[in-house]
Amino acid sequence: MQLIMGNLLRIGVLLSMTVVFIGGVIYLIGFGQQKADYSEFIMDDAGFFSLESIWAGILDLNGKAIIQLGILLLIFTPISRVILAVISFFIERDYLYVLIGLMILSIILFSLSNKLAG
Amino acid sequence: MSILLFTLVILLGAFMAGLVGSLTGLGGGVIIIPLLTLVLGVDIHYAIGASIVSVIATSSGSAAAYVKEGITNIRIGMFLEIATTISAIFGAVVAVYINPNYISVIFGGILLFSAAMMLRKKVDHSDTDTSGKLANYFKLNGSYPTATGEQPYAVHNVAGGFLMMAVAGVASGLLGIGSGALKVLAMDNIMRIPFKVSTTTSNFMMGVTAAASAVVYLHRGQIDPGIAMPVCLGVLIGARAGSKILIKSKPEKLKILFAGVVTFLALQMIYNGIKG
Repeated sequence: MQLIMGNLLRIGVLLSMTVVFIGGVIYLIGFGQQKADYSEFIMDDAGFFSLESIWAGILDLNGKAIIQLGILLLIFTPISRVILAVISFFIERDYLYVLIGLMILSIILFSLSNKLAG
Repeated sequence: MSILLFTLVILLGAFMAGLVGSLTGLGGGVIIIPLLTLVLGVDIHYAIGASIVSVIATSSGSAAAYVKEGITNIRIGMFLEIATTISAIFGAVVAVYINPNYISVIFGGILLFSAAMMLRKKVDHSDTDTSGKLANYFKLNGSYPTATGEQPYAVHNVAGGFLMMAVAGVASGLLGIGSGALKVLAMDNIMRIPFKVSTTTSNFMMGVTAAASAVVYLHRGQIDPGIAMPVCLGVLIGARAGSKILIKSKPEKLKILFAGVVTFLALQMIYNGIKG
């Protein structure tokens, strides 16, 4: 189990970074010459933060969308680690920790689904 | 400046952050946020979003090794993650309602604290007194492999550690950092977990905690792909390079130098916050 977990993390990071890299190259080719201005944070800026818009952007070969996909994969990596731990605890019949693991997953899921961002 | 130049500057900065971070144990967010805000004029909310992504990257990148060696205590990690994930989400949500200047000052304060913690002598407070009720109920006591066999250890003051972790989580969600220093305080000092176990377990936890707040940032649009991309690529490459050098280097002198740089950055952030 330890072995799977260790490899899972490594693969997750590698995969997500590859996607980010590809997206980055596409993005720079398209936008490299434009001016960079991040001086003001605009909350509802038209960007790629819902799964639908990311997917649409990928189909469009939009660099930024592909980068976002890579980021999503990266965020998912530690979450998959928790899922694996829950499975492992279940096999060990450690139900207390199956519960704790599920609690953590639902906390994250809650934040994922709900528009807590205000 | 052009986006290309902007990207390259971040890549370089993130590389340094990852490099020094892996050599000294202090997280990359410590350099990345000041770099983005002070040098490149990026709004702190974007900087926080980018930094949290780098925390996940470095945590997952290096956690892989520790889990393999069986030192990480997954139960301690997950138990404490209840505290850290809830508080991280809280911190992340609240962040936009707080004046960015206050965030700057708080960030500077945590930076100073982290620099001080990094320089402190590491004293191992652990023992094998397994009488703690909560520790036993939650099966937190354990052992780790050493050259001479399994070394058992016991966990103390579970409630105190849990609370401190909640503080660390809020800091992480609010500032986009890994809160390594606070976590060490919780695990080493309060819960008296052996050093090796606390660092590896904390690394394991950092990724999950960061993922929890990252989700909030994502929804809010704080994670901009243009910034996050060079940040995570740079940090990961830097961290890999750092781990290769680590074997041959003397981290002690580097830590002093780094502490100096961090202190300077911290004071700068605080000054900016007060002035702004």
